[in-house]
Amino acid sequence: MAEVTEEKVEVKAKEPREPLFSKKNKKLLTDPLADNNPITIQVLGICSALAITAQLKPSIVMSISVVFVMGVGNIVISLMRNIIPSKIRIIVQLVVVAALVIIVDQVLKAFAYTLSKELSVFIGLIITNCIIMGRFEAFALGNGVWKSFLDGVGNAAGYGLLLIIVAFFRELFGSGTLFGFKVLGDPVEKTGLYAIGYENNGFMVLAPMALITVGIIIWVQRSRNKALIEDH
Amino acid sequence: MGFNTDKNSYTLIFAIAMVAVVGSLLAFTASSLKDKIDANKRTEKQQNILFAMGVTDAEDPNEFVAPEKAQELFDKYVGDQQYIVVNGEAQKTNEAFGIEVKKENDKVKRDSLYQRKKPLFIGTRDGESYYIIPLRGVGLWGPIWGYVALDEKYSVVKGAFFDHATETAGLGANITEAYFRDDFIGERILNAAGDYKGITVKKGNADPKNQRKDDNAVDALAGATITGDGVTAMVKKGIKMYQPYFETLKK
Repeated sequence: MAEVTEEKVEVKAKEPREPLFSKKNKKLLTDPLADNNPITIQVLGICSALAITAQLKPSIVMSISVVFVMGVGNIVISLMRNIIPSKIRIIVQLVVVAALVIIVDQVLKAFAYTLSKELSVFIGLIITNCIIMGRFEAFALGNGVWKSFLDGVGNAAGYGLLLIIVAFFRELFGSGTLFGFKVLGDPVEKTGLYAIGYENNGFMVLAPMALITVGIIIWVQRSRNKALIEDH
Repeated sequence: MGFNTDKNSYTLIFAIAMVAVVGSLLAFTASSLKDKIDANKRTEKQQNILFAMGVTDAEDPNEFVAPEKAQELFDKYVGDQQYIVVNGEAQKTNEAFGIEVKKENDKVKRDSLYQRKKPLFIGTRDGESYYIIPLRGVGLWGPIWGYVALDEKYSVVKGAFFDHATETAGLGANITEAYFRDDFIGERILNAAGDYKGITVKKGNADPKNQRKDDNAVDALAGATITGDGVTAMVKKGIKMYQPYFETLKK
């Protein structure tokens, strides 16, 4: 969640330079974290949320990558918004994400090989993330560069936040670890919690439990904020 | 807006320009970074081979040696002990390092009569020999690969390293974890009668601590059946290809 707090600190530090962070702009950044969360409210980006949340570390890596790609991608699309022909705008968006991701991948492979190995799976997954296309289409095509950047970072951070919450529960209950550390004891040696008969829930590491965990989060979120509940 | 972006001619020109710009941008990035990327891949391969024979980072035995040291250590432990095995014969050549199992697999697939070139690296550490075999197979989503080091009797695994491209994080991706790969160490690839069995990644092995080393099986990863089966097939097939050569050596 480091990137979330970082963003907030930045907001405060730069505040005097209005109107960069007017109330409206700040909302762009903070809304997607809770009341307009891309996963729980907009229900975007579910696929990747299922795929990588079995452990905390990949979730965090994925979150950071998506923050980067969405921030930059939104800027590029926003810059080109007046010259993109509307008939092929989806293709243009796709090309922008794909090109961006490939360049990042190549540069990492050349200069940070170990990091790129860790990211390898996610780099491919970023392209397929519907949040990115969704925000390009819904926001960056109609808004200025700065606003689009904030929207991109905000949505990616909201996505990342959810990813990390889900991964926390899945790794803890599924494998009994956090970041790979055995926080509940050793299941083979039967130490810690396992000594009194606790067992890991193997179902938690499988994809369906990610969906159920997201469902529970949606439930909790909507029961706390009734305004989010749809009428029908 | 100074122009009409809805016109067909504009759309066409935009598309062509976009393809040209993005295409050349990507081509430029790829070609200018190619040398560096290839060098990194070489280093990684050296690190992998060293890892399989137990040469690891001094502080953390689950980490590779530092990339800067890979070449030096590779020269020290393996050096020119590189062979290309064709059928039952080995030829000593430094070209072995450049042989990619994937490309050999492709050649065999295209031409069934093709004689596969099988790279074999013989490392020496603390007076012991390690016969290191590169492996390649398929997991659930994409390729998996690895290196297995055998002892001088070609029957016991002394070290292993596995990696993957796109296996599921937390499930299949765990084949890279120490608790999975270390189970292979000490495991026999022959049965009691001396016939080749390979090593099976087995569910319900009832041996989670892997104390039985002669059952030709290691404990499977929960939730990663297909990746596990991929490892089984890769190890079984990969080592088997070298058996004719090992048989001639034993005689």
